[in-house]
Amino acid sequence: MTAAEIKEAVLEILSDIAPDEDLSNLKEDVSFREQLEMDSMDFLDIVMELRKRYRIQIPEEEYPALASMKSTVEYLEPRMTEVAKKQ
Amino acid sequence: MTYDAIIIGAGMSGLAAGIRLAHFERKVCILERHSVIGGLNSFYRRGGRNLDVGLHALTNYAPTGAKNRPLSRIMRQLRLAWEEFSLAPQVGSAIRFPGAELNFTNDYKLFESEVHRRFPREKDNFARLVGELCDYDHIDQPSVRHSAKEHVAERVKDPLLREMLFCPLMFYGSAHEHDMDFGQFSILFRSIFLEGLARPFAGVRLILKRLVDKFKNLGGELRLRAGVSRIAVKDGAATKVVLDDGVELEAKNVLSSAGWPETLRMCAEPSSERAADPGRLTFVESIAILDSPPEKLGHDKTIVFFNDSEKFHYAAPEEAADVRSGVICSPNNFDYDEPMPENVLRISTLANYARWAELDEVEYRLAKLRWFDRAAAAAARFMPEFRHAVIDTDMFTPLTIHRYTGHEGGAVYGSTQKRYDGTTHLKNLFICGNDQGLVGIVGAILSGIGIVNKYLLKE
Ligand SMILES: Cc1cc2nc3c(=O)[nH]c(=O)nc-3n(C[C@H](O)[C@H](O)[C@H](O)COP(=O)(O)OP(=O)(O)OC[C@H]3O[C@@H](n4cnc5c(N)ncnc54)[C@H](O)[C@@H]3O)c2cc1C
Repeated sequence: MTAAEIKEAVLEILSDIAPDEDLSNLKEDVSFREQLEMDSMDFLDIVMELRKRYRIQIPEEEYPALASMKSTVEYLEPRMTEVAKKQ
Repeated sequence: MTYDAIIIGAGMSGLAAGIRLAHFERKVCILERHSVIGGLNSFYRRGGRNLDVGLHALTNYAPTGAKNRPLSRIMRQLRLAWEEFSLAPQVGSAIRFPGAELNFTNDYKLFESEVHRRFPREKDNFARLVGELCDYDHIDQPSVRHSAKEHVAERVKDPLLREMLFCPLMFYGSAHEHDMDFGQFSILFRSIFLEGLARPFAGVRLILKRLVDKFKNLGGELRLRAGVSRIAVKDGAATKVVLDDGVELEAKNVLSSAGWPETLRMCAEPSSERAADPGRLTFVESIAILDSPPEKLGHDKTIVFFNDSEKFHYAAPEEAADVRSGVICSPNNFDYDEPMPENVLRISTLANYARWAELDEVEYRLAKLRWFDRAAAAAARFMPEFRHAVIDTDMFTPLTIHRYTGHEGGAVYGSTQKRYDGTTHLKNLFICGNDQGLVGIVGAILSGIGIVNKYLLKE
């Protein structure tokens, strides 16, 4: 997947986890926590959904990499080059 | 075949746990002894009417889209849309003691002003107490358990105000007689007064239908009439469950909503140090079908918590029931778009399981009639007279509660010993629901979600 596709995939996950959040103005380099009202349970779900949809395993000590959209995409890109985009 | 997880009980907590597991592609099976789902919060049809077993109101009300509330957490975690529960907020409720009344709605300001009006000297004390319990999180602080009676008495001086606060909170969630943990007090205070009450127009069946449909659509397996009689144990772990009919099912993890002492018994755990007290608090619920809406009879309250003296006694009575205090609920008095087809009053009063269990068939039926009349008379002291308008009645006793939930002694809120962290003496057996320490419908659902997240989705 390309960086753009990964971003799209993360946005899709976010909108499924928190459908009542407005994601249209999400700033890439600001942490999700500062922009979205999400608690630790919601954050765990980002990890879980990535695993479910793309079979990506993220070890617990690396969760901080998923703080913002920018860091998430940077973290995922090398790990998802082989992964096909979802239809 | 080995399941990733077997869940014992298709009540609110078991269904919620099942949805989380199935959503994340775990092979999961819910086993329910009854022929219907819902546990205590089930429903039935009688004389052409749809009636609920347990439901008065859903606590923790939050308006559509509200964030960081227990209810919004449930919606997100279970991937449900707010509209799916179609909750109608309460019209307004009251706590009524002789010569004293406190009204409340889903707008906390009203309750606060009621307390100020009736107890002007307690204004600051009360504000301090509420400030404190707003941030109190007892699930995360399992070591600090202390008496709510003592804690509140140090802050609120007027004993009448204290009793008026304890009455609704104990009725809606204390497994203990006489007192409760301050953490539990805080949770219940928030869920009832700071958040509020609501009900789906179609009653609890709507919530259950949403949950069970979701579970099945995700590929979850539900077996009814599949009671678990035994959990087989080897080397400190549960290996399989044995059903009442002898069928054996293997599972990597077992999550039980059947109650802590009840679950221990399934493990054939004889050691007395582990024997937990099943709890003694149980209710009789008297249901009156009226010929006209309660509002027409002058009763516009959603819930009335009543007590007929200055002191509130929350304990299993000596007699079959104790009608000095109780809860009057009218499912009609929620803010629906259209009027409900049935006109209903429900009156819950404290009861004694043994007094009901010792009766023979005929005595049991007579006792139901007798106690219905007493409960109705007791309630009529705290609301407009309604008894002339009653066209049909029904009654649940502690035996009914036992039948629907499997909880020994019909203990409504389960054991007095909670397993706050959800773990047991077996490494892959967990407890959810009432006996994990979260009560009520919202509490039970959160418990199922929380325990699954904490222990069953990590590997
Ligand atoms: C009269 C009354 C009114 C209430 N009103 C309200 C209300 O208005 N609002 C509210 O929020 N809460 C209310 N409650 C409380 C609420 O019902 C409970 O806190 C909640 O439903 C508990 O859910 P649970 O999943 O923990 O357990 P349960 O509902 O007890 O579910 C346990 C399930 O496990 C099954 N089971 C037990 N043993 C076995 C076994 N060995 N094998 C297989 N299955 C088994 C049972 O059949 C049951 O279905 C009320 C309770 C009562 C008694």
